[in-house]
Amino acid sequence: MTKLSQVSLVFDGKPVIDQLSYSFPDKGIFAIMGPSGCGKTSLLRLLAGLEQPSTGNVMRSHHRVAVAFQEPRLLPWLNCEENLKLVLSEVENMPKTVSYWLEALELTEAAKQLPNTLSGGMQQRLSLARALAFGGDLLLLDEPFSALDRPLKERIAPRIKAVAQQALVILVTHDREEAELLSATVLNCIGTPLRALEKDE
Amino acid sequence: MIKKHRLLGYCYPILALLFWVGVWWLIAAILRKPLILPAPPAVLRTLGELAITWPFWRTVLLSLLRISGGILLALLSGSLLALLTVKSRFIHHLFSPLLTLFKATPVASVIFLVLLWVGRDNVPLLIAYVMALPIVWSNVREGFLQTDRKLLEMATVFGLSKKQQLFSIRIPSLYPYFLAACRSAIALAWKAGIAAEVLCSPKNAIGSAIYESKQYLMTEELFAWTLVVIVISAAIEWGALALLQRSQRKWEVQKS
Repeated sequence: MTKLSQVSLVFDGKPVIDQLSYSFPDKGIFAIMGPSGCGKTSLLRLLAGLEQPSTGNVMRSHHRVAVAFQEPRLLPWLNCEENLKLVLSEVENMPKTVSYWLEALELTEAAKQLPNTLSGGMQQRLSLARALAFGGDLLLLDEPFSALDRPLKERIAPRIKAVAQQALVILVTHDREEAELLSATVLNCIGTPLRALEKDE
Repeated sequence: MIKKHRLLGYCYPILALLFWVGVWWLIAAILRKPLILPAPPAVLRTLGELAITWPFWRTVLLSLLRISGGILLALLSGSLLALLTVKSRFIHHLFSPLLTLFKATPVASVIFLVLLWVGRDNVPLLIAYVMALPIVWSNVREGFLQTDRKLLEMATVFGLSKKQQLFSIRIPSLYPYFLAACRSAIALAWKAGIAAEVLCSPKNAIGSAIYESKQYLMTEELFAWTLVVIVISAAIEWGALALLQRSQRKWEVQKS
């Protein structure tokens, strides 16, 4: 279980999250929705352990955390395949995992290309592939589909659902359709600073 | 089409060079004073005569070795200093006046000062070192500071070890800065090193040969030796530039 208890986060003197409590189960897909600047990304950073709460605490039962950041954050000097291999050094059967996820995100033909020769959408897919291939038990995806078209989202959604059989997937999105596509539990952000997460009825 | 353009690209510098040699020749022909301005054929002949002797090559080699030694030392210690001043604020504040001092002191003053402290044979190496050090230091430091925090954060999330981060993120990020440092440091240190040789006259040095030819009014030899310095400078610069461009393509930092 991943549990936020009375978590507050102050960033540059400005409160971003205020006394937020929520418990996530070990598996499943959750889509956090809300207006820009409501603290969604900060929440993901807290869950990833990249920020420490100003007060309250974040309890994580997960061991391997993977993140697909809003920007792709790929290493420009490594090709697609190498970008995946870099984070997979501890994964068994690495070559197979790499080719599986390149294929899943339709990047097989670009395997030997450097990131800056790819389109924005392809870079985002590679970043997503890295997070999915990592095989963590907690996946945090920050607007993972923003640069992808609808048919592609439909093809990728089942792969993410399959991962969520074994892991907790939390994504941030603006788009209700994306949440539906993944049959995700929608959590609406309440308040600025973020005070509560409320399930969709 | 592309081939033709590339061919023209090679042609222009050669044509420009020929043009300026022509200008030189013309002025020499009008002046008719070989003591002040010898004509190109005379200089080339002198250079040819020098080039078939062993002492010429020994001189060139020893000058190159001395100055490269200084540059190499500067590359090593400059990088180390950059690392230390990035890691520790205290060391940065302690050493930064030194950096300013190195950058601002005139080469000639440094040469004579160093001559007072060490034997004349060691001056060129030290001068090359002193000239190259601040360039390497500030460039590499900048490279360390410009390393993309977001990539490092990604590496932390995915649990990359310090060693993996060093080889897959820090060193590749540093690479273009290091090469840029090499390029400017080598060009400057080479010229300053030769100047030091002229002023201190160590044994078997291009600069000493230049000084002697000036002393004995052997203007053709003076020109021939200067030509040697220019050719070596250009060769090093072209080599460094080619390396820099090739690796920049490879390591091109993506702006996302």
